[in-house]
Amino acid sequence: MHLTPAEQALLAGESGPAAQKSLQILATLGRIYGAERMIPVRSVQIAGVSYDNLGEAGLAWLAEMAAGGGRAQVFTTLNPAGMDVENYPALGISEAFAENQRCVLAAFEAMGVVTTCSCTPYLFGNLPHFGEHIAWAESSAVCFANSVLGARTNREGGPSALAAALTGRTPAYGYHLDENRRPGLHVQVTAPLTDTPDFGALGKVIGDLLQTRSVERVPYITGVHEDSLEHLKSFCASIATFGGVALFHMPGITPEADALGPPSEKITIGQRDLEAAKADLTSAEPDEVDFLSLGCPHLTLGEIERIARGLQGKQVTREFWITTSRPVKGMADRMGYTAIIEEAGAKFATDTCCVVAPIKGRFTALATDSAKACYYAYAKNGFKTRLLDFDELLAEAVR
Amino acid sequence: MTLRGRTIYPGEASGEALVSRMGISFYGGVDPDSGLVTEAGHDLEGQSIAGKVLVFPTGKGSTVGSYVLYRLKHNGLAPAAIINSACETITAVGCIIAEIPCIDQVDITQIAAGMRLEVDAERGQVSFQP
Repeated sequence: MHLTPAEQALLAGESGPAAQKSLQILATLGRIYGAERMIPVRSVQIAGVSYDNLGEAGLAWLAEMAAGGGRAQVFTTLNPAGMDVENYPALGISEAFAENQRCVLAAFEAMGVVTTCSCTPYLFGNLPHFGEHIAWAESSAVCFANSVLGARTNREGGPSALAAALTGRTPAYGYHLDENRRPGLHVQVTAPLTDTPDFGALGKVIGDLLQTRSVERVPYITGVHEDSLEHLKSFCASIATFGGVALFHMPGITPEADALGPPSEKITIGQRDLEAAKADLTSAEPDEVDFLSLGCPHLTLGEIERIARGLQGKQVTREFWITTSRPVKGMADRMGYTAIIEEAGAKFATDTCCVVAPIKGRFTALATDSAKACYYAYAKNGFKTRLLDFDELLAEAVR
Repeated sequence: MTLRGRTIYPGEASGEALVSRMGISFYGGVDPDSGLVTEAGHDLEGQSIAGKVLVFPTGKGSTVGSYVLYRLKHNGLAPAAIINSACETITAVGCIIAEIPCIDQVDITQIAAGMRLEVDAERGQVSFQP
């Protein structure tokens, strides 16, 4: 792998131990995956922020990198944290956890990382343009950036994303290269898609299907004519969760599809497949649900407005988390949506979510409109789940 | 006998071989406070990786696993070295941040549990008496 003189200087430790360790990580990954060189990245998004996932070891590593002079070289934001730093007591988060979570955020802040914690960085200024190289870690955001925006990133882990931030570089392999962005399987969708659970179910069907194949293949998806931001972010979250998919093409919707065209091998997905996927994600009876959440991935302002309209003048009957990023919450505050939602008894869980918060075993069953949230509710936290349409969920919350 | 491979993280180490034929998930599969393999049904379940030359085909699981190697090192329970058939991101990053000598692209079928291994990761080689 070719390193420039500037990169060799970083590797020799001339900019301190944190940058040196970062370049060691990137150069080694480059060698493992056959990169010929490093490329500059325009932005970074780091996962592994919740203390629930990092633990003592992860925090110790971040503190060591901060103490070693680590400083973000490009615009860098974070994935959701384990708690809302303002509203955590209302969400039942312990003071001991809060203290550790604050230490994690302080370490990132010391390194010049923007400590807004969200899986939808593209909604508040971490918005790469077509063809731009970036190093992002959150799987749903990676899929959105590659597919919908046409930016270029691999699925980074927490340490490799941090290393990219502290050096402004990433090894050129995988989805940074044209040859790995070509579609390998044509997926034709014949089922109508109307609400978020339809897109989540479609992501699960395609994701599960790709998981059963030994070779990683980029899906080329036809038959999808709905292209709202909210539905696409839900689809990205689901296909990344169930299939590890970092890139798909959708003609008429994603920017690289038309130039590439469909591959020859084709499969068809219909209504019955989606219904089966939805049934798989629904294990709880309606009366078992003691926890509801909307905002996986984090809500847009339009979705928060829809929640405010649905809850206005009503009272929720169960624990109900509204999860979004702090910049979007700020807009909701100004528009009066926050007051309406809180008046109805629902709780904002800002810069966190039901996937990364330390809530294992606290509830019996989660109702949500997100296929990804259903997966982690069961796998990580041991909850039963119900997958509902957005408006159905609002009706359920006040039942 | 000397087997050759590729340097992932340099350094010299020696120790007893602990050999798995299965992938290892450090996050959730190894206890960072005891060094014991805890994954149910794993061929190393219940064994300690501390101070051993840990030989396995490849890593798997969550990228948070890299931090488990770092924590093991701080607890004095890290393996002396790691030898893989094909190293991946989680193990490679873990070895770099915990400074554990590591080589891959080694024919690990030649190595049996209990052998005493001399690892020179800088040169990408591992030696033993067959």
